[in-house]
Amino acid sequence: MPVESIFPRLEALLPKVQKPIQYVGGELNSTVKDWDSADVRWALMYPDAYEVGLPNQGVAILYEILNELPATLAERTYAVWPDLEALMRAEGVPQFTVDAHRPVRAFDVLGLSFSTELGYTNMLTALDLAGIPLVAADRGDDDPIVLAGGHAAFNPEPIADFLDAAVLGDGEQIAIAISEVIREWKAEGRPGGRDELLMRLAESGGVYVPKFYDVDYHPDGRIKRVAPNRPDVPWRVHKHTVMDLDEWPYPKKPLVPLAETVHERFSVEIFRGCTRGCRFCQAGMITRPVRERSITTIGAMVDNGIKESGFNEVGLLSLSSADHSEIGAVAKGLADRYEGTNTSLSLPSTRVDAFNIDLANEFSRNGRRSGLTFAPEGGSERLRKVINKMVTEEDLIRTVTAAYSQGWRQVKLYFMCGLPTETDEDVLGIADLAKKVIQAGREATGSRDIRCTVSIGGFVPKPHTPFQWAGQADHETVDRRLKALRDSLRGDKQYGRAIGFRYHDGKPSIVEGLLSRGDRRIGAVIRAVWEDGGRFDGWSEHFSYERWMAAAAKAGIDVDWYTVREREENEVLPWDHLDAGLDREWLWQDWQEAVSGGEVEDCRWTPCYDCGVCPTMGTEIQVGPTGKKLLPLTVL
Amino acid sequence: MQRLRVRYAKRGRLRFTSHRDISRAVERAVRRAGIPVAFSAGFSPHPKISYAGAAPTGVASEAEYLEIGVTTPCDPQQVKNDLDRSLPPGLDVLDVVEAAPGALADRLEVSEWEVRLPGADRELAVVAAEKFLAAGTVEVERLTKKGPRRFDAREAVLRLTALSATGSDGTDRTAAQVAGQSCVILRMVVRHVTPAVRPDDVLTGLRLVADFAPPVPPEVTRLAQGPLDVRTGALADPLDLDRETTRGGEAGPAGEHVAG
Repeated sequence: MPVESIFPRLEALLPKVQKPIQYVGGELNSTVKDWDSADVRWALMYPDAYEVGLPNQGVAILYEILNELPATLAERTYAVWPDLEALMRAEGVPQFTVDAHRPVRAFDVLGLSFSTELGYTNMLTALDLAGIPLVAADRGDDDPIVLAGGHAAFNPEPIADFLDAAVLGDGEQIAIAISEVIREWKAEGRPGGRDELLMRLAESGGVYVPKFYDVDYHPDGRIKRVAPNRPDVPWRVHKHTVMDLDEWPYPKKPLVPLAETVHERFSVEIFRGCTRGCRFCQAGMITRPVRERSITTIGAMVDNGIKESGFNEVGLLSLSSADHSEIGAVAKGLADRYEGTNTSLSLPSTRVDAFNIDLANEFSRNGRRSGLTFAPEGGSERLRKVINKMVTEEDLIRTVTAAYSQGWRQVKLYFMCGLPTETDEDVLGIADLAKKVIQAGREATGSRDIRCTVSIGGFVPKPHTPFQWAGQADHETVDRRLKALRDSLRGDKQYGRAIGFRYHDGKPSIVEGLLSRGDRRIGAVIRAVWEDGGRFDGWSEHFSYERWMAAAAKAGIDVDWYTVREREENEVLPWDHLDAGLDREWLWQDWQEAVSGGEVEDCRWTPCYDCGVCPTMGTEIQVGPTGKKLLPLTVL
Repeated sequence: MQRLRVRYAKRGRLRFTSHRDISRAVERAVRRAGIPVAFSAGFSPHPKISYAGAAPTGVASEAEYLEIGVTTPCDPQQVKNDLDRSLPPGLDVLDVVEAAPGALADRLEVSEWEVRLPGADRELAVVAAEKFLAAGTVEVERLTKKGPRRFDAREAVLRLTALSATGSDGTDRTAAQVAGQSCVILRMVVRHVTPAVRPDDVLTGLRLVADFAPPVPPEVTRLAQGPLDVRTGALADPLDLDRETTRGGEAGPAGEHVAG
């Protein structure tokens, strides 16, 4: 049965909306397959605006891998802005994919990648526009399987009512496996309908189907237990780990948008995972162990990506890119190769202690010399021990001194506010640090033309981290500390004008905290917010704290209980049945260590400290060096 | 430094590209095609690609122009093929010539536009066009970035005719051009003035003078840009002068495409 393009109907609406190009598709390297050539069809959604969603690596990789499979097709869909949403409702135009403009409801799977919880309301908009019932229990055999992935899917409980399924971890292999399960079930004539398909997925232990688990509560509201409600459904669902990144060198055909997007570059993941052990960092905890991509694969991917895309910037991505065992050789090899071609290299995440100025010079050799960003995260040595971000003040001053004396004029420092055990003094310590940075720069250069920007985010305790038990700082405390810091910086005659200050107020972090550590009862709040018009909660101009609080009150949800309350060791957490590989006892012990200021080393360079991941998941650390060098390939 | 002048089309759904979108797409296509584009000097080097009179977002065009500076001399025909292959379908290279002295922008004096109005009444359109042309001035207002602005839309319009079309002409036509639906086509030749008078300003004028309002959003296409031949009143190909002065670069099929 062919599925018609809705484009003619959409096209009539496009002259009336902002940035219409984002809805027309046709990106270089995008794929449109014949509908009838496939028997398994995925709509992949990044639940935010196109400009944010298009560069997302997760969606791009799955899109390519699924389209490479025979008899499988994948198309992409993004959140439409409210102006188009209103027109689509008025004209009855459904949620569509940008590739062939097919209605999302016609697909077998709607796969959503959640980098952040703030995309939940956008998922509801998409489901509603697609004509898919919001609540999974109301869906019929003609509706797609609504499947969540991405980091937020490590606690999908707040959206459990809206999801048919969720997967944890790397998507490459499990997306293929799910496709095969669907293909078989369809080939057999869809025996047992939707429920049997979900059972087949759940039985494997690699796909979480919320409806096959019941949650019981204690009278005081804590969870009593989460248990499967059918035989053959496993008690715990495990995450997925791709063990050899060289076997999965995606993206091979990078999507090149016509519209402007947030990252205009070709990105290569140079490794996955991080074992630096920063206790606030969910990404570092749930993506273990470290798996490096080899220098030769990186070199080949960059060469191919630049040729395929025409981008003039290459981003070497990971959670801490300067930690790659051969980062120096990679940087030099690429800088040599692209000499004279105006191709810039960027290293988005660098640690102060892994950074060196030779590396920075290689990275800016052929292109723009952008600012340098470092993330000490905490303003005092004590607090940095609590969060296990072992960066000393000496490290920072030494690094910025080198940077300023090599010609950089601008350094950005990233911190968090509201960390466990944090005091007013810890936050004011950020001002002292920034002043010392400026002073070091002035001394190193003899110039007063030295700048530093302090950027602060609110800390949100995340599932599967040692801080999953911590009480989140209330927004009044965060705002008070930020104001004191701002006053301290602005009021300083000697340094104030050299230091920029960027921050957000504490309220959005409370909503993020509610969604991060929420349980199934939070679903009612998300739905009420959405029904009240909540959209694009990651965008300050659309976000409304008051709307969230009103919805929570209406649903009888005590926001403080979910956010600022500290949890006991034996409390069942909403995500305890979802296995990121981390040993719960180790996490608790690390949380206790945090409070007493104990540090943990990186297991790449010191003995294993039994976080639990490798034995549980059957994985191992994979790092170089390989000793190989990049060949200076011919460049166009 | 050799400069190449490129005529390209913006067609179908790619008419929704903005000027900035096109400039990014062209820069990337130039890199993919391996054209030895020159870069500006300085702290933040930019490729030497300049644009003349880009059509607005949402308006298709058969006659957009850009100029590329290259570090080593290139065969215009080769550049035409390579660049066209590297650009997404819908951004199509029609003609490339080596630039002769003189600014291209100076030759782009007038534009010929086609405005398709699906579902509109032809007789009303003819009457409206006649009234518009008969008026001395037609003051219209347009919302610009600096707020509402009032100006005369009449004087810049050199020619305005209303035709009727039946069915689709087979190209990448869409939206309201469903088979069987009547469609009025306005053709207009408009002088480039400041502030610019665009087809939608003329449509506003038709509404003001004759209460003529199309039922659905119009589909606008720029058919040609160029110098005005004062004797014939026709548009000339702005790249002819380059072709006469420099060697290489023969008139492409684009020349015939403009007929109108």
